[in-house]
Amino acid sequence: MPQDTTSLSQGKAQTSWFSRNNQGGRLWTLLLFLPPALCLFTLFVVVPLFEASFFSFYRWNGIGELNNYLGLQNYSKVIGHSAFHTAIGNTLKIVAVSLLIQLPLALSVALCVYKQSWANTVFRLIFFLPYILAEVVAGLIWKFIYDGNYGVVNMFTEFFGLENYFILGDKQWAFAAILIVIIWKYFGFHMMIFIAALQGVPNDLVEAAKIDGATRLQTTFLIKIPLIKHAIILSMFFSILGALQLFDLIIPLTNGGPSHSSHSIVSYLYTFGISRMRIGFGSAIGVLLFIACVVFAFTYQNAFMKDKK
Amino acid sequence: MKKRFMNDWVKICYLMLIAGFVLVPLLAAVLGGFKSLGELQSNPIGLPNNWEFEHYGAVLNNPFLWNSMKNSFVISSMTLILTLLGGAMTAFTFSHIRFVGHRYVYSYFLLGMMFPFATGILPLFIKIRDLGLLDSFYGVVIPQVAFGLAMAILLFKTFFEQLPAELFDAARVDGCGYARFFFEIVIPLSTPILATVGVFVLVTSWNNYLLPLVVLNNSDLYPWTLGIMQYQGEFAVEWNKVLAYVSITVLPALAFFIVAQKYIVAGLTGGAVKG
Repeated sequence: MPQDTTSLSQGKAQTSWFSRNNQGGRLWTLLLFLPPALCLFTLFVVVPLFEASFFSFYRWNGIGELNNYLGLQNYSKVIGHSAFHTAIGNTLKIVAVSLLIQLPLALSVALCVYKQSWANTVFRLIFFLPYILAEVVAGLIWKFIYDGNYGVVNMFTEFFGLENYFILGDKQWAFAAILIVIIWKYFGFHMMIFIAALQGVPNDLVEAAKIDGATRLQTTFLIKIPLIKHAIILSMFFSILGALQLFDLIIPLTNGGPSHSSHSIVSYLYTFGISRMRIGFGSAIGVLLFIACVVFAFTYQNAFMKDKK
Repeated sequence: MKKRFMNDWVKICYLMLIAGFVLVPLLAAVLGGFKSLGELQSNPIGLPNNWEFEHYGAVLNNPFLWNSMKNSFVISSMTLILTLLGGAMTAFTFSHIRFVGHRYVYSYFLLGMMFPFATGILPLFIKIRDLGLLDSFYGVVIPQVAFGLAMAILLFKTFFEQLPAELFDAARVDGCGYARFFFEIVIPLSTPILATVGVFVLVTSWNNYLLPLVVLNNSDLYPWTLGIMQYQGEFAVEWNKVLAYVSITVLPALAFFIVAQKYIVAGLTGGAVKG
């Protein structure tokens, strides 16, 4: 790495703007440290985003010239597409299940295991385990569980003498099955956020409440939970953002089927945009997704997370 | 006292129930690899009556598995090194060099955490194609680094700012320049945050599915996440083979989890909390 530490005493241009600001190789270091990341980030994160909004006005298969200008047609096609409506509906279902089932589950578990003891540590690790698995692995394991010929579902149908039932092939229940996998996979993550927050709740507050005659339920609901409000707000934020980005789990489980009933927004984008190489159409979905994320992130942060900044 | 005991008992039952919900699918998968298809049908979650080792044996002898693991390893290590280096260097310019407008540039990077990878995936694909990086590891690594930078910079900057200012002053008085200060003092002092960010980057990259799916067509270059889907596609109904394959691919993640547990929890949740 460059040893330009002596540039301070490097002779003539000592009074120039450059050398005044370059003491200790400050400017050289800046020129060396900043541009690589800045270029990479601009080129591969920011520029594609702008290009997406540009491409979304065209019909293009990625080859040949970009001359088939459509105006807003791609957008109206996406917005009018019934599979897209299903994908939005499914995303809302994920949000609802995350907020109404997953987070309460994570919170209740966190309240049980947040204190330090070896048994609690074991439980914590078990609950966190699904989170470190790759989504495709979680998806495949649950595809087996749900398999009407082999898995646990088969065990039940056999036990009750019913016909083989393929829940993932059932238009009505396939997405409900995916929701269970989502809870299974992610509640441990939220539990860890809650545990970290609960460990920061001052113990004397809880003790004082107990001395004043508060029951366990009262200390939980009136002291601990209000004091970890910031963590709950954060968890909700990640649940919703996660719902908007879900993809990897859908592919192994149902691939969006049956008849496009179990798509998430990103798997919809993949199926109708990427795998069919409809650059314009797919970009329009991407732009809509981007707008949804940014609008959500800004409003949510302004509404709930303001005090943190 | 009796009531207390009852409470604990209820609590333990509850925890065991949830632990069952978490573990049964995992155990069913691991044990399923030891069963014959017939047994898998009649007994999907219990211990096998007849331990069949051939499915695991076949998977372990499958060169495709090892090749895909090796590819994943190469991709994740390259992503890890580049993200840590790039992220730390950039964060250092924000925390110590503090050039004019550094706040704006910092916010610009943070924008990267606002939206999912998938939004720009098609233009990204075109870009990677035009750069001739399709079907090469760089086509996966470079976008991964670009997307990982935001989070890395955020965590590094917070950490670097908490380093004692006297350290920097003393180093400057002794004639130590910025670059040397970064490499010889900041980096060695930053092992906890390097580990935290590193774990996050490594796990994200190791588990990445969408980007390699779009960039890589040649199955010799497949990372294990694509490999496992291809294998499942080939042996769709032979669940014992698929489960054996799945269980083996989980092992590296599991081993890593046990070894680096502390950093994993910090990296995957602490990182999130600070954001």
